[in-house]
Amino acid sequence: MTGQRSWSLSAPALALFGVLLVVPLIMTFVLSFNSFDFYEGISNDISLANYKEVLGDSYFYEIFARTFAIALATTVICAIIGVPQAYFLNRMTPFWRSVMVLVTLGPLLISVVVRTLGWAILLGNKGVINTALTDFGLIERPVKMMYTSGGIVLALVHVMIPFMVLAVWASLQRQDPATEAAAESLGAGPVVIFRRVVFPQVIPGILSGSLIVFSLSASAFATPAILGGRRIKVVSTTVYDEFMNTLNWPLGAAIAMLLLLAVLVIMVSWNRLVERRYSEVFA
Amino acid sequence: MKPNGSFAKLFSVLFALFMLAPIIVVVGVSFTPTGYLEFPPSGISLRWFREILNHPDFIAAGWVSLKLGFASACVATVLSLPAALAIGRGRFRGREALQSLFLSPLMVPTVVLGIAFLRFLTLVGLNGTFFGLMLCHAIIITPFILRLVLAAVIGLDRSVEMAATSLGASGWTVFRRITLPAIIPGVIGGWVLAFITSFDELTVTVFIVDPSTTTLPVRLFSHISQTTDPLVASISTVAILFTVVLMLFVDRLYGLDRLLIGEGKR
Amino acid sequence: MAFLELQGLTKLYNHFVAVSNFDLKVDKGSFVSLLGPSGCGKTTTLQMIAGFTEPSSGSIFLNGKDLSNIPARKRGLGIVFQSYALFMHMTVAENVAFGLEMRKIDRSERDRRVADTLELVHLAHLADRYPVAMSGGQRQRVALARALVIEPELLLLDEPLSNLDAKLREEMQLELRRIQQEAGVTTVMVTHDQSEAMALSDSVVVMENGKIRQEATPFDVYETPTSPFVSNFLGKSNNMRAELISQTPDGAIVECNGIRLESDPVSLPQGPVVVAIRPERIEIASSATDIPGRVTERVFLGSQWLLKVETGLGELLVTRRNTGHREAAPGDQVFLNWDRRHLRILPVEQKVSRT
Repeated sequence: MTGQRSWSLSAPALALFGVLLVVPLIMTFVLSFNSFDFYEGISNDISLANYKEVLGDSYFYEIFARTFAIALATTVICAIIGVPQAYFLNRMTPFWRSVMVLVTLGPLLISVVVRTLGWAILLGNKGVINTALTDFGLIERPVKMMYTSGGIVLALVHVMIPFMVLAVWASLQRQDPATEAAAESLGAGPVVIFRRVVFPQVIPGILSGSLIVFSLSASAFATPAILGGRRIKVVSTTVYDEFMNTLNWPLGAAIAMLLLLAVLVIMVSWNRLVERRYSEVFA
Repeated sequence: MKPNGSFAKLFSVLFALFMLAPIIVVVGVSFTPTGYLEFPPSGISLRWFREILNHPDFIAAGWVSLKLGFASACVATVLSLPAALAIGRGRFRGREALQSLFLSPLMVPTVVLGIAFLRFLTLVGLNGTFFGLMLCHAIIITPFILRLVLAAVIGLDRSVEMAATSLGASGWTVFRRITLPAIIPGVIGGWVLAFITSFDELTVTVFIVDPSTTTLPVRLFSHISQTTDPLVASISTVAILFTVVLMLFVDRLYGLDRLLIGEGKR
Repeated sequence: MAFLELQGLTKLYNHFVAVSNFDLKVDKGSFVSLLGPSGCGKTTTLQMIAGFTEPSSGSIFLNGKDLSNIPARKRGLGIVFQSYALFMHMTVAENVAFGLEMRKIDRSERDRRVADTLELVHLAHLADRYPVAMSGGQRQRVALARALVIEPELLLLDEPLSNLDAKLREEMQLELRRIQQEAGVTTVMVTHDQSEAMALSDSVVVMENGKIRQEATPFDVYETPTSPFVSNFLGKSNNMRAELISQTPDGAIVECNGIRLESDPVSLPQGPVVVAIRPERIEIASSATDIPGRVTERVFLGSQWLLKVETGLGELLVTRRNTGHREAAPGDQVFLNWDRRHLRILPVEQKVSRT
């Protein structure tokens, strides 16, 4: 296929993306340098004032730190649960495997709002978990789980874990099942086989899964908004408040640009790291 | 391969329980006869499903979501199909860049996309309109379709098209009779995935709707932000049921794992 | 002018010469094979005939018409692809009918010709099956029927048997030859398998590095190769470096590792040459006047034995028909000889660059 033909086939999509994605992103970038006045609205002057405000305020530091701490915790827990689950999934009989695939991936297709509603019902002070624990006499007063970072992490793990299982499972499928048999024939037990043979081969899967989970968790909105409310703010809910409540769009845009920058930097350096470390083995 | 041991089975059962818990709870709560959230429900009642009928705002939001999902998935498919053919087939400068651009909505944090769309639509006077919403959704869901169609195009044996050409078929006939039927599972799979993604979308949409174009996730979100009652549970249950039906259809047609991994292998 | 004629056909990819100045004449109704190792340019040549690759220079004439400006879909050639390239979403009959449909042939005529062609390839009973449910051999026949039904002036076969297992391949060779002759269609086949080329073709074109090395009947390329490459590529051959030291009308004498060997007269200048002898032409004799050697390895192949014999000339491969007796075992002393007619004296190869 010639270059000209390729470009003309891509032209309609390219036009949409150019006008409705590239231009708006540039406009938002510019917006983050404008100033805002409660009475005057947005003015077109260019300055670093918004960035100075965000970077100079411990309030925002705390929000960014919380956001990345939540994302990191979610990623680690997803790896700890997702890796063995993907390994077991790969060894199931076809019937149970397809059942588990449905159970694992199905929730991805249900709105995050609905799934988070479920967690809200489970975690509330009068929620399912607290009621059950009280009824069994295990606790006297309800454990506070709503409006805590822990609750957000728990619900985010539920939202993100399919991505980790998928990534690890994909790398398990590329693996030659005979390598496990080979290790066993050489005298290795199941734990040693997993640790020495299986695990090293799925590290690329874990790393790419971690990248997806981390970047999606860092920019998650619905879950922290519903489970954290006004009390536990993360970056994306802060941006939302600036835009929809305070109406300080330039400041919100600056916060959003910092989030974009942070996520991109983490993604690129992570990719570099993975490529440098594993390009030789997994060419 | 050896079957899983009892530890693996226990782990899988607990994992399944964790995955299903919030969904089971929402569905369970929606059948309560009482006026508050209780689980397990003290009885089975359709009270809160009937209650939906008294809330035309939710029903209207549901319709908007359905129309929006349908329209944006169609637009995104029509745009992605030729682009996937070009990217999958062509050897031209800028091919990689083009692919990265079309997949970039997956990389950019959704909240950034949301404010960018808000800023743009406000300036051109399309904010809150169905048309503006539809174009924005088309952008968000394009990567999902493109990945599946691209996998199908790359997996296609070029000599099949050459065979048709050698038998006298014109370029358009080859596309219509040979290429399209071969990649159609990928296209339909992509369309469904795109539809569901649009139907469920919250973070971008919440910035760019107005009361007349509020979608179901946005309506639910703003309701839940204030209060949780059995009504949102029953509405969610309807949405879950709808998704499950679609999901089973796609699983039959294409395989859920292939759909979500986006690789053309089985 | 021959039925199919390629004149100075050349294909360059940037500076890489894929096919270089290729001339070929194919008579109507005959079966020609392009044979060579992978990367020798045979598939590129076929693609140019088919119209999927544009030649850098040179021309292709079929039945007197210049094909240069005719697009692939108007050339009306029957092509069988290596992967068979069946339309998986169509039944066998629909696959075969596709080309007729494109030619707007009416339904009754179409049905009749599809049925006739499926009869020809012995697949009439599977007309309504989908290709997914068929074996490799059956798919191959569908591909062949689909190519033949349009009654092409020329049939192109791209490695048609390479996806079949060994036993089926032999069956399909006979079958392919029968079908080709019954249909009476001029055929060009590309293959890297020398036994396939020899079994099927009227004429074999051996290619290397984008050039024709030799073109002749299968018997002649095998018996009288003109270069060490051809002698090695078709069948097994013991090739040895030697020096041509004298030639008379009665015969030539070469010296190899200090041993003098006689051959029939050749027309080569004195100096370095390559001598070639086929393993099956070497006899094991008992007389001490012949070339002495020691068996180093012995492999039993069923219908024959394969021996490796260390001699003053170097290590020689010897094949012996299995006549129901055990052959000499490793370590045994043997004496080798051959009829001097079977010794080929060939010029030394020059390595050619392709850029």
